[in-house]
Amino acid sequence: MTAPAISVRNLRKSFGDFEAVKGVSFEVATGEVFGFLGPNGAGKTTTINMLCTLTKPTSGHAEVAGFDVVTARDDVRRHIGLVFQDQTLDGYLSAEQNLRLHAELYGVESKVVKPRMEQVLRMVGLWERRDSQVLTFSGGMRRRLEIARGLMHSPRVLFLDEPTIGLDPQTRASIWGYIRQLQQSEEITIFMTTHYMDEAEFCGRIAIMDGGEIVALDTPRALKEAVGADRIRIETADDERAIAALGERFGLEATVSEGAVSFAVAEGEEFVPRLFAELDVPIKAVNLSRPTLDDVFMSHTGSTIRDAEESAAKNKNRAVMQAMAGRR
Amino acid sequence: MSTDALTVPTVQVRVPPRSWRSEVRAVKIVWRRELIRFQKDRMRIVTSLVQPLLFLFVLGSGLQQLSAASTHGVDLKTFIYPGVLCISVMFTAMFSAASIVWDREFGFLREMMVAPVRRSSIVVGKVLGGATVASLQGLILLALAWAVHVPYSVGLVLGVFALQLLLAFSITAFGVMVAARITQMQSFMGVMQMIVMPMFFISGALFPVGDLPGWLAFLNRIDPITYAVAPMRTLVFDNLNLSAEAVHTLNPPITWFGWAVPVALQIFMVFALGMAMLGIAVVEFNAGD
Ligand SMILES: Nc1ncnc2c1ncn2[C@@H]1O[C@H](COP(=O)(O)OP(=O)(O)O)[C@@H](O)[C@H]1O
Ligand SMILES: [Mg+2]
Repeated sequence: MTAPAISVRNLRKSFGDFEAVKGVSFEVATGEVFGFLGPNGAGKTTTINMLCTLTKPTSGHAEVAGFDVVTARDDVRRHIGLVFQDQTLDGYLSAEQNLRLHAELYGVESKVVKPRMEQVLRMVGLWERRDSQVLTFSGGMRRRLEIARGLMHSPRVLFLDEPTIGLDPQTRASIWGYIRQLQQSEEITIFMTTHYMDEAEFCGRIAIMDGGEIVALDTPRALKEAVGADRIRIETADDERAIAALGERFGLEATVSEGAVSFAVAEGEEFVPRLFAELDVPIKAVNLSRPTLDDVFMSHTGSTIRDAEESAAKNKNRAVMQAMAGRR
Repeated sequence: MSTDALTVPTVQVRVPPRSWRSEVRAVKIVWRRELIRFQKDRMRIVTSLVQPLLFLFVLGSGLQQLSAASTHGVDLKTFIYPGVLCISVMFTAMFSAASIVWDREFGFLREMMVAPVRRSSIVVGKVLGGATVASLQGLILLALAWAVHVPYSVGLVLGVFALQLLLAFSITAFGVMVAARITQMQSFMGVMQMIVMPMFFISGALFPVGDLPGWLAFLNRIDPITYAVAPMRTLVFDNLNLSAEAVHTLNPPITWFGWAVPVALQIFMVFALGMAMLGIAVVEFNAGD
């Protein structure tokens, strides 16, 4: 086994008295595709910022490509590529000029700049557009260009913060295509964040993050198996009473999410007939599903990722309003 | 798309450890980016000419009738020409510095900040780039010398360019220093206007600084721009055939309690101030997250 590409112990970050990352620990092996899955505000970007030396950790320790992110910042920076959550291209420059600028900043040897540029631009399908001003690019093209730029200096670890957010399904699929291709053609470790459940499935391993903590970490398959149970969602005439009845009669813990009563049972197919026979609340619809990452998230946090998202958004709105009120 | 990728072999790149050479490369590319952007931004070249031209031809021609008696026959346009050479670079330099605020807003600053080079290289490249762009802009005004009866000479052209570069450097450094703290475009432009406008008016770009009322003389002497405008005027006047009285009235020496400050010291002060502000800007950007 080679040394891990990323190793993190007890990493913490506070902003004032708000703790955004509450002591996370994990390791990512070389060549792995590792995903951080969590709702907005979970602390994914903050963690990435610490790993790529943009933010100093409040406490804890992290190494990337074998270098300490606090004491060997420059060495870390030489070995990582970054695709930020927000766009960071110079729109006035052409695609080629953006990549050249990057190569200069990273001290890439002049004679390999051209061939490397051709390689990465061809990979993301932008070679023909290399002379166009970036301002004329669509959102998906810009994202692809940023991925190409992040790869320009052959990083050992590529960080992608929500690389597919807000993109159409086709572009999302092609971005996943590049990531798989990269795994085969270059010795690269990929660390990415997402809040799309379906995308997390593509990762070798995922860490589920919620409220600044890692609540689960394993391969998507193992995580789903660990949930063990199937998930049943029922729509009823009276959710409150249904939850109470499920608790009394079957000893099941049910919650309401996204407008339906939902609970987990070991053998769903056999349970459904009993449910209809024994529950004295009328059932309008029933849905049975094998465990998904949604269920994994649910079983570890008690809410769906969408619910978590909404409450985070509410908090954020409140914070923004307060900040604005404070400034006036 | 995917067939493309298969036909192109993987090119492995190695990023060398940091060295002074990589820092120089970083300064150079940040500097060049400013030039490329300037070149693409034709509108900016045109719009930033408006103000100096107004001062020179409208104010200069308009007030000429009042002042003919007191200028010993020197055209007022000729008199304010050195001041206008200064104002043209001042405002362009301000816009150059503002680009660092845009860079932050549009995220590009992060791309530069996370590169394996010192932040000071980024800041130095930015300031030098801004200064170069501003003095190139200033060169356009040099083309107007004939229109205000100033004959060309090699010394004039080189001297004006050097002084403009110096002034542009100091103003850009000042702007970048402010931009380290003020991250909103509107506030930034507001603060810059609030500081640079009065400094320009007080500097004596538009009037002789000989017999000013006490309060104005005091403000004039503590205004750094004064020490850029005076050498510029001396340079231009040295190129003209003016009577001794005219020179004495229109370009009196800058004095501190009766002591005439040498031109070399004036120039040095502008430079030193620029370097100091560049230093502060570097420290501030290093301290930021
Ligand atoms: N610079 C900052 N100052 C104060 N709070 C911050 C800062 N950056 C992030 N936060 C807060 O930390 C939490 C985690 O944010 P972030 O890491 O961006 O989450 P994610 O990327 O998972 O959506 C959020 O509540 C956010 O508001
Ligand atoms: Mg984020």
